[in-house]
Amino acid sequence: MSTPLLEAEGLIKAWGGVRAVDGVSFALAPGEMLALIGPNGAGKSTCFNMLNGQIRPDAGRVRLGGRDITGLPPRAVWRLGVGRTFQVTATFGSMSVRENVRAALLSHHRRLLGLWRPAARLHTAEAEALLDRVGMLAQADRPCAVLAYGDLKRLELAMALAHSPRLLLMDEPTAGMAPAERGALMQQTAAIAREAGIAVLFTEHDMDVVFGHADRVLVLERGRLIAAGAPEEVRADPRVRQVYLGGGRF
Amino acid sequence: MEALAVQALAGLASASSLFLVASGLTVIFGVSRIVNFAHGSLYMLGAYLAWTFVSHGPLAELGGFWGFWGGVLLAALCVGALGAALEMTVLRRIYHAPELFQLLATFALVLIVQDVALLLWGADDKFGPRAPLLRGAVEILGLRFPRYELFLIAVGPVVLGLLWLLFHRTRFGILLRAATQDREMVSALGVDQRLLFTAVFFLGAALAGLGGALQLPREAVTLHMDMAIIVEAFVVVVIGGLGSLPGAFLAALLIGELHAFGILVFPRITLVLVFLVMAVVLVLRPHGLLGAPPGAPPASEQAPPLPRPLPRGLRLATLGALAALLLAAPFLGDYPLILLADFAVFILFAASLHLIMGPGGMASFGHAAYFGAGAYAAGLLLRHLAAPMEMGLLLAPFAAGLVGLLFGWFCVRLSGVYAAMLTLAFAQIAWSVAFQWVEVTGGDNGLLGIWPSDWARGKLAFFYLSAALCGLGVWLLRRAIHAPFGLALRAQRDSALRAEAIGIDAFRIRWLAFAYAAAFAGLAGALFAFGKGSVFPTYLAIPRSVDALLMVLLGGVQTVSGPILGAIAYAGLQEQLARVTELWRLLLGLVILALVLFFPRGLAGALAQWGEKRA
Repeated sequence: MSTPLLEAEGLIKAWGGVRAVDGVSFALAPGEMLALIGPNGAGKSTCFNMLNGQIRPDAGRVRLGGRDITGLPPRAVWRLGVGRTFQVTATFGSMSVRENVRAALLSHHRRLLGLWRPAARLHTAEAEALLDRVGMLAQADRPCAVLAYGDLKRLELAMALAHSPRLLLMDEPTAGMAPAERGALMQQTAAIAREAGIAVLFTEHDMDVVFGHADRVLVLERGRLIAAGAPEEVRADPRVRQVYLGGGRF
Repeated sequence: MEALAVQALAGLASASSLFLVASGLTVIFGVSRIVNFAHGSLYMLGAYLAWTFVSHGPLAELGGFWGFWGGVLLAALCVGALGAALEMTVLRRIYHAPELFQLLATFALVLIVQDVALLLWGADDKFGPRAPLLRGAVEILGLRFPRYELFLIAVGPVVLGLLWLLFHRTRFGILLRAATQDREMVSALGVDQRLLFTAVFFLGAALAGLGGALQLPREAVTLHMDMAIIVEAFVVVVIGGLGSLPGAFLAALLIGELHAFGILVFPRITLVLVFLVMAVVLVLRPHGLLGAPPGAPPASEQAPPLPRPLPRGLRLATLGALAALLLAAPFLGDYPLILLADFAVFILFAASLHLIMGPGGMASFGHAAYFGAGAYAAGLLLRHLAAPMEMGLLLAPFAAGLVGLLFGWFCVRLSGVYAAMLTLAFAQIAWSVAFQWVEVTGGDNGLLGIWPSDWARGKLAFFYLSAALCGLGVWLLRRAIHAPFGLALRAQRDSALRAEAIGIDAFRIRWLAFAYAAAFAGLAGALFAFGKGSVFPTYLAIPRSVDALLMVLLGGVQTVSGPILGAIAYAGLQEQLARVTELWRLLLGLVILALVLFFPRGLAGALAQWGEKRA
């Protein structure tokens, strides 16, 4: 394998004595789709938030394309080409769909301090192209406060694509969506990612989504990685079956 | 050495009084999340009522121990009842309103109480009798110390202890603490919240009333007591941590002693010192000494609406009226011209604050600092460097912008009530500097003779100058709101998480917006100075900051035209009311209350809503 795009090395984070993430190491190749799964409370979100700088790890390093990015704030990680969507969508409620994407584009082009030219005239075509890619162009003028949840997820995706990222971090991309919609959204995401050569790291509860799209799967349990490999291997792993199909945990 | 000890005791005595007021304020905030501006008014009413009970009526005839102490307790109970009544009639309706609306409503109560007190007790200062059993002084370390002060020193800890018992050893107190943590959960458990809240206001108001009543033997009762105490009480509550009783006690001790020793060590900057301590505490501990970070905002809070332009008809009407005014100006007399120039200044002042509050989502309770900074910059340039008006008007925005950069660097890190209080603290620092640095600023006497250059000295020319510069300022601010900067500002307000995740440095955006707004406030201030021919510390004082807030909130925070309508409505209302009646504060207060209760989206919001309904 050539230089990995993203490398986590011995990540540790404790919340008041409990190690939510306890020595997690893995690597992600350029263009790869990697799923991070595990039961509730396994430490997926904590792990995720350490990767883009939202949480500072107690120990361990995160490297992006060989460069140490541990401790950088999320906005700096974003500048290095890492897009992000959230488990509970975070968008700008007072803006239209187009303005949301426009804000991301203006930030990418470092034009946010402009005081003069109306924003409405900047990067419109670019914003609409992005919305088209995620199938949201028809809703460009709608206030994002009235969007259906699935559409908000698509909007987040469009915003995450605004700076042509190398890596997308998607925390439960299909949480809160109807089963039929989930497949469609993941299909779309995967198509976009493969087309642009973007690597995707996502956490997910829906096993159909995971095994349908991931190149590789990491399994986290009580803060530790207990399995890693191709979907079929992981599915057959007795420890994974133990964790998911019951053991002493309940 | 002995003198220092006695000084420390004096500090403890004033700390006790301060704690009584601050404890009520913090208890009310803890449960209802309302920052009660009118708390100082309740304190003042406590003092007036106690004076009445002690010197008139049956208790006065009774005289002696019961005549005095009965009067004090009765005053506290009456104020408590009044607090409960206010909660039931006014405050209950605004629990879900934005924080600043709540401040506005309670400020309206301040205005109303001011005039009611004036009506009932007149403008003369009132002097109470000495307290029975506590007359005279005792000797401490060879120095005489008033007995009554010793008594006050004991009152603070006793009240703290009683409150602690109430909150930790009674069912009522436990429910109160539960409501402080999670209102909805408590009501889900079947507790009648309304009763709880009314009771809390009774308690808090009674503490304020007691604090006021206990001042009777110490100082004269005046109509200025309310503002003097409320600012100090805010400082105490914020330093201690909102909602924390031990914090309030600690902070009251700190401030009390600071006053006592500040006078000895730094007599020149005693006023600055208090606010400096508050600023330092808030920077080091953003939630006060013993305060906890506020919980998540209540779920009912909605995303701010999309800023919408005014309905077309209304916009045309506004522009038409403006054009007509500019054309008609030469035919107006001096007085209307002066008034119109003032309106222009207020519009710019309000529009600058709106940038911070609306798109920025920050609260500023000290915007007058930048208005005053501009005014003083222009005035000082003229006075000390003989710089002409043009130079003053040019440099004032830069001076105010620099002050904004300096203060903003601290303020924009905080949010909500804490940010409001820190901006207030910085404005008070600026005010204290202007007030106490007499050699440079002229102190209370201000700077006089700050007149415009010859060409602009006529009322008509000055009106056109004001209209042109304020128009330019408002236009630049509006462009900023619609430009990428405005988008970034709204982005960080709507979702800090998402803004950060797309590379927006929220701190930098907020900081620059703060300074940009300050610059325009400075321009407004400089124009105001030349219009009046003078600069006074009142330009930086709290009432001026409140003026700006009222204009923005009246107009509607979430509309771009709001501040303009709000400035005209507020300045016009104040002017008209002051002309037709002595009781303008009372009427203004009632009007503000009506607006807060019935037009929560402000005038422009209400107009837009009305336009939509008709469309």
